[in-house]
Amino acid sequence: MLGSASSRPEPGRRRRGTGAAVPVPVVALAVLGAAFFALPLLGLLQQAAWSDVVRDLGSPEVRAALRLSLECSLWATALATVLGVPLAWVLARGEFRGRSLLRALVLLPMVVPPVVGGVALLAAFGRTNGLVGPWLFDTFGIQLTFSKTGVVLAETFVAMPFLVLTVEGGWRALDARYEDAAATLGAGRWTTFRRVTLRLLGPSLAAGAALAWARALGEFGATITFAGNIVGRTQTTPLAVYLLLETRPGAAVALSLVLLAVSVVVLVALRDRWFGVR
Amino acid sequence: MTLVAAGTARVGALDVAVDLTVADEIVAVLGPNGAGKTTLLRTLAGLHPLDTGRITLDGTVLDDPAAGVFVRPAHRSVGMVFQDHVLFPFLDARENVAFGLRSRGIGRREARRRADDWLTRVGLADCATARPDALSGGQAQRVALARALASEPRLLCLDEPLAALDAQARVEVRRALRRHLAAAAGARVLVTHDPVDAAVLADRVVILEAGRVVQTGTMDEIALRPRSAYVADLVGRNHYRGVAADGRVTLAGGATLVVADRTVTGAVHVSVHPRSVGLHREAPGGSPRNHFAGTVTDVDGLGDRVRVRIEGAMPIVAEVTAAASTELGLAPGHGVVASVEATEITVYPA
Repeated sequence: MLGSASSRPEPGRRRRGTGAAVPVPVVALAVLGAAFFALPLLGLLQQAAWSDVVRDLGSPEVRAALRLSLECSLWATALATVLGVPLAWVLARGEFRGRSLLRALVLLPMVVPPVVGGVALLAAFGRTNGLVGPWLFDTFGIQLTFSKTGVVLAETFVAMPFLVLTVEGGWRALDARYEDAAATLGAGRWTTFRRVTLRLLGPSLAAGAALAWARALGEFGATITFAGNIVGRTQTTPLAVYLLLETRPGAAVALSLVLLAVSVVVLVALRDRWFGVR
Repeated sequence: MTLVAAGTARVGALDVAVDLTVADEIVAVLGPNGAGKTTLLRTLAGLHPLDTGRITLDGTVLDDPAAGVFVRPAHRSVGMVFQDHVLFPFLDARENVAFGLRSRGIGRREARRRADDWLTRVGLADCATARPDALSGGQAQRVALARALASEPRLLCLDEPLAALDAQARVEVRRALRRHLAAAAGARVLVTHDPVDAAVLADRVVILEAGRVVQTGTMDEIALRPRSAYVADLVGRNHYRGVAADGRVTLAGGATLVVADRTVTGAVHVSVHPRSVGLHREAPGGSPRNHFAGTVTDVDGLGDRVRVRIEGAMPIVAEVTAAASTELGLAPGHGVVASVEATEITVYPA
């Protein structure tokens, strides 16, 4: 019998044995690519006037933008969940003609430039010449453009596809026999959905909501086009960053750091899902 | 307690005959993969609708498409043990077992108490708070059984209850399952592709091939009189189709057999146990009147016995002692003469 020490390959040796070493030029380009991502982050951290960050974030204008962003992005996430989960359900489990068309429609906001999304929202909900906007205003007195609701709508428009896509993926991966088992154990449709389907979908739902929230929080193009840029009403954090860059660059950087921190937190929270080694 | 099912259910391109009567007994549905066994079980549980026919349980119609009756799974008294167990991964063993009781409106405390009772009955009192991923295959199977039995269903269905287990666990779990199944009341139907499961666990066997019921009976009856090549293979017997007249059977391949049973005439099945087949270098004299020359194609050792496959006018598998095999010098390609006594041939109407 051979000694166990000699039969266990050393880490360095094993790698040589795989024969799958990455070519040097590829590594060089990869390093360049990584640097391209890392440099702006480093710049942001370097530019930050750390002693002034607290003061910058404390100004009424900035605090209003942060509060509005938080409020609107949470509403947008809620709306995206309420509308997106049924969409994901239909896309994952429904069998009907035009399903791929529906999926393309749902995913369109992911690829359309957000500013175009804003123009399209205006064309639908604009008060004077939108598709349903005048009717909404005349009948219910609801004006969506240049309002907080408009911000929520614009953010939902761009964020919902992330939720639908993630939840639909989770739904497809879900073994329907769990639901069958619940049914044979006397659980009706609603009980099965609540106690089994939702529980199994939980991780996808959380991931989808987190992604949608992060996307809503960062929304710029559709918001400024559809809801405008009214301080305290529709000026969200990304809009504030853009305008502050002209007047108070330090505050712009400070706000950017807040948005960056939120993104990092979302990424860390989702690491098992997206980066986990399975 | 009687399940009466007679109908069909279409799955893909296969029309599965849902043809089953089960009293207070254990019936195994045995068949190859893709025969429609799982579909059959799913129709009983209400997870797959019948296309034609009717299913009744204790006189209550569960499914009758012609009459527009379909009772949802949640409202049937049918317990199901799924292949791979399908325990809820987010609940511990106790909550898995309590699930059915909770769904049927029993309070949390009482449901837990009964769940613990059931876990004790299947010998898993210690595992009440274990999550499914911490259970062994055999333990998971017993939790799944307890979960299905906790609602005291009138019909218990088990889909390949032993398929998820490795060979070692299988024997032990099979023995335990037999005990638990015997203790449970009502109609019990299990689906399996393993004749050993069927023989050990069931009172009666229904053989399903390509969606059709080809044979029913006890495993002993089926082992003696297989009615298809699949069944014969399953029980390890030689099987032929032929036409009988005056104590002779002319096989589809052209060979003629002399048989002891003169009462059966017309289209028949013929079956011969491999151990009843003698092998010789040359055609023997004396009593065995049936002998056929052939060529050895396969020789498989089974401990002290050897299984020999012979091709010729009458293809046959013989089982002889290792000593006889050595003496005859059996090897693929060798010529050999197989003989069968007339009294060792089972003949039965097709």
